[in-house]
Amino acid sequence: MSEKIFCSNGGCTAKLGAGVLSHILSKLEKNINDENLLVGYDNKDDGAVYKITDDIAIIQTLDFFPPMVDDPYLFGKITATNALSDIYAMGGEVKTALNIVCFPEKMDLNVLGEILKGGMETVKQANASLVGGHSINDSDIKYGLSVTGIVNPKYIYKNNTCKENDVLVLTKKLGVGIICTAKKMGEASKIDFDNAVMSMTTLNKKACEISKKYKINACTDITGFGFLGHLNEMLDEKFSAKIYAQNIPVLSGAKKYADEFFITSAGQKNRNYLKDKVLFKNIDFALEEILFDPQTAGGLLFSINENDADEFVNNLKNEGVDAQIIGKVIKKQNYSIMVEE
Amino acid sequence: MIKINALGDVCPIPIIKAKKALEQMGDGEKLAILVDNIIAVENLQKLCKQKNYNFSYSKINDEEFEVIISKGIICEKTDETYDTSKKPKEDAVILITSKYLGEGEEELGQALMKNFIYSIRENDVWPSTVIFYNSGVFITSKQSQMIDDLIYLEQNGVEILSCGACLDYYNLKESLKVGSITNMYTITEKLLSSKKVIKP
Repeated sequence: MSEKIFCSNGGCTAKLGAGVLSHILSKLEKNINDENLLVGYDNKDDGAVYKITDDIAIIQTLDFFPPMVDDPYLFGKITATNALSDIYAMGGEVKTALNIVCFPEKMDLNVLGEILKGGMETVKQANASLVGGHSINDSDIKYGLSVTGIVNPKYIYKNNTCKENDVLVLTKKLGVGIICTAKKMGEASKIDFDNAVMSMTTLNKKACEISKKYKINACTDITGFGFLGHLNEMLDEKFSAKIYAQNIPVLSGAKKYADEFFITSAGQKNRNYLKDKVLFKNIDFALEEILFDPQTAGGLLFSINENDADEFVNNLKNEGVDAQIIGKVIKKQNYSIMVEE
Repeated sequence: MIKINALGDVCPIPIIKAKKALEQMGDGEKLAILVDNIIAVENLQKLCKQKNYNFSYSKINDEEFEVIISKGIICEKTDETYDTSKKPKEDAVILITSKYLGEGEEELGQALMKNFIYSIRENDVWPSTVIFYNSGVFITSKQSQMIDDLIYLEQNGVEILSCGACLDYYNLKESLKVGSITNMYTITEKLLSSKKVIKP
């Protein structure tokens, strides 16, 4: 299939900025009180959790994007991987998914077929079922999934419940946003792009399953707000974090492309939002950009008790999951996040 | 001055366009690039910071920003007693509304203005911004003898702004030699937000 789709500012770079969003959300009315609603609007988690019985709660989440790559099949796979990720970030299992489709009626329908094929394959890999969907005739392509998963309510991972002295563990390498931007401008090498695609089509399923053997204090997936944005949410103004720059896993090519200024507005919006909260100590420009870079289908960030961290990371690595200890949760300081050499 | 219209271009396109144009340009040459959002302005500023280019911008309206970038003339460090680029800046705007300084004979007024601009340059403290309007814009355009002093100030971080409507009126828009073009909105904003306004 040689058909290419127009790739605008796609993937997580298309997200609205965190600053704009929190302003609007804070003005909305609160939900009715329902004691079974365990995680809802008031929390900044991506997924909502609703308790059915003492042992089972459902997680609902949805994500959809304009294309971030010009191959429709890969677009389908990446988008589905990203949508399923929210379930894993909460420690759940994916059960069912529904397609969300915006597609121009006049365009070759085979393109849509390829997108849906990519989505379907990814849902199957997650051991879940694609059970339907909804499509709209639109001027531009957008695709995503509405996903339902289950979790034991006693073991839900929240994204803002880290504890002092926790160790921060990150899976997957950073930099996919910058690499996709360089690719869009025709400047990314094939191998760098292929590596980024490999990362974006890897489910967070295995990392999540392994984590269940440990006491995880907080977990989030790294997406549109970039590594620093999601870490800042995790710290929740209650703690600060020290980040070890040399441990940050970066995809090959990402630094080079950042130095060539393949940078997006979304990355700059993330930077503006966190301006006063992050202190960089002798960090080069490229790494700063990567830390703000919106990630599509990024990895998981775990906050785990310091005594378990080494074993956890070894276990992840042995199972083929790219994982690194990248920092530590400390007492609240003037800055939320300090990135050090 | 090289001009790029990047209105409607999504990041990183304006930045890549500017980067490519600047790579072809020599020292002292200027690039004016139009973009339609402040985030693109900020991304251009990052480019300039990394590459050590001079950067300034003015907001034309909510959807139009003009960014002026120039490649710096690298000042060789001489045996001067202090590094002039590190002069402290006062949060002050100097407002120049005429090509003459003070009231009286025009010839004297012009000489005084020349002396005044030179003295700003030589002073131990610099203003953050110098704004030129009405016939003041003659000073920032080709007919002026004070260009060198103003370029020097601009290269060391003093913002030099000329009123666009005034340049238009005197037919000087194409002759602007230093600083960037601004509008009354930005001028009033600068005057209101600065600690001191000096009108000689």
